[in-house]
Amino acid sequence: MTAGVDVNKGTGLVLEALRKRFGEHEVLKGVSLEVRPGEFFTLLGPSGCGKTTLLRIVGGFEVPDEGRVVLKGQDLTRLPAHRRPVNTVFQNYALFPHLTVYENVAFGLRSRRFPEAEVRARVGYALGLLRLENLLHRYPHQLSGGQKQRVALARALVNEPEVLLLDEPMSALDAKLRAEVQVELRNLQRRLGATFILVTHDQEEAMAVSDRIGVMEAGTLLQVGTPEEVYERPRTRFVAEFLGVANLIPARRVGEGVETPFGFFPLRAPWAEGFLVLRPERVEVFREAVPGSFVARVREVVYRGAYLEAFLEPPLRLRTALRLAPGEEVFVRIPVEGLVVLDG
Amino acid sequence: MARLLVWYGELTTGSSLARRGFLLLLPGLAWLLAFLLLPGLLLIPLSFAERGAFGEVVWTFSLENYHRLLGFGILGFSLDNLMALLRTLWVAFWTTLICVLLAYPIAFFIRAQPASRRYLFLALVIIPFWTNLVIRTYAWQLLLAPEMPLARFLTALGLAEPGMALFPSAFAVYVGMVSAFLPFMVLPLYSSVERLDQSLVEAVQDLYGGPWRTFVHGVLPQTLPGLTVGVILTFIPAMGMFLVPDLLGGAKHLLVGNLIQQAFYTMRDWPYGAALSLVLILLTLLALRLYRRYGKEVGLA
Repeated sequence: MTAGVDVNKGTGLVLEALRKRFGEHEVLKGVSLEVRPGEFFTLLGPSGCGKTTLLRIVGGFEVPDEGRVVLKGQDLTRLPAHRRPVNTVFQNYALFPHLTVYENVAFGLRSRRFPEAEVRARVGYALGLLRLENLLHRYPHQLSGGQKQRVALARALVNEPEVLLLDEPMSALDAKLRAEVQVELRNLQRRLGATFILVTHDQEEAMAVSDRIGVMEAGTLLQVGTPEEVYERPRTRFVAEFLGVANLIPARRVGEGVETPFGFFPLRAPWAEGFLVLRPERVEVFREAVPGSFVARVREVVYRGAYLEAFLEPPLRLRTALRLAPGEEVFVRIPVEGLVVLDG
Repeated sequence: MARLLVWYGELTTGSSLARRGFLLLLPGLAWLLAFLLLPGLLLIPLSFAERGAFGEVVWTFSLENYHRLLGFGILGFSLDNLMALLRTLWVAFWTTLICVLLAYPIAFFIRAQPASRRYLFLALVIIPFWTNLVIRTYAWQLLLAPEMPLARFLTALGLAEPGMALFPSAFAVYVGMVSAFLPFMVLPLYSSVERLDQSLVEAVQDLYGGPWRTFVHGVLPQTLPGLTVGVILTFIPAMGMFLVPDLLGGAKHLLVGNLIQQAFYTMRDWPYGAALSLVLILLTLLALRLYRRYGKEVGLA
């Protein structure tokens, strides 16, 4: 605690240089992170990037080889799961099949020997919060996927944890329900002012619910920022490509700017050769020539309903409302403010 | 509407498949009928018969055997038989419980091994079956003999008298019984433990459950099927056991199994032996009935 005090003047959750190795495989290669109180934080990354291991370390199901987990100034690193003021919503919900909805939700309070009257009051509140009042006496096998998920949430939230951990809680739901649950989850978190940490590989989900996102790859935390920051200002190629669609434009530093296949742009680059990122919706396309535009040919078109996605030659991906047809020649302009210089 | 099923490439109705399944079942059923059910049923009339002067069965109807079984013998009333019945229940109960307590850690230990090594440990559990129970029980006589390491160790602790064997004794009976039945508990329990869903265990811990709650809510409900098989496989033969108490228990630790053996072999009194056997069967069924009812209360509905 001594060394950690000044680091943890804030009352949030601090992860310090966490390392974890399973046999030959190094799952976490020194991850440091601070999650603020009341924040909805999302760990985003492909499967196998270490995000679940990180969550399990916070939950108390894994002990890191190195590094510390500090919550409100208290070192939790070696505290067993059942002593941590942290609760988890498991990926498969892990509801107790031999207990009713009520008993499942009451479980944590009963473990801590709350008086039965208080258990009833708190469980009643949690069940109301998640609209489960009518399912009290059901067993988990009698519930739908969405209901199970709400029971899992109620079972964790009823304990009023300092931090709620959610391990891909929506992966078992169908797309429509998932979108509803995302909104609901976000509202719930705001209403309770609780700290949520969500693990997901779904970038749309991450952007929809989070205050901040941490993008992980191969055991390292690549970038942390608000959804806008990580989407608009990705620092690495991986982040750019993992969040949404990105045009990667090779570039060379020339004088006070960069030279690309699409021309010269007055942008400062930290490298001699590297990449710029351009989001497809930032590409401007016209039927007639405009100043600063160049000619491109439409290679392929995909109808997406709300917009049209087009693949051009020279290689560029874009979104447009124009009804383009393959083979057509169009005029394209790349606005300099749409370009992002990657770090490396 | 008859359900149509594809069976070995041929389209058949469900009911005709069921008929065929029944035909395949017949040999096994015939075997059980001829060698288990009929002799079992035969015990009933036999238990009301009487022993003739030369050990033959005299087919009368009398309650004499049951009267005797309750302790009313030629020498007056004695509690010995009832005590043996109670002792049988008691010994079988504790044998089963000790086996359960030992089998859980063993099953979890094997599960924790890398997959390639699990079969090695399972084989180690099964190895005792390579020798006959009689030989294994005699081996315990040797291990429990005076001046053997175990006896010396217990003597040093002041738990045994110097120079004395550790058998015949209740302790020796339990040692013999538990070592005879432990594999029957470990194997079915392991089959449940192997499939254990770890996330339920973690859910208990996440919800502030200590070790006891973790076992009761995280482990027990999931392993109840294997546990039940293990309990049945241990408890039933433990109720009928006569070899171990015979060799390791001495006269003070006779079980119903020993009484039955004496009736059939030594006394050549089959009707009395039949009465004892029936009572043992009823007691066993009763005990299992209690287990099921209690198990339902704790466990899976």
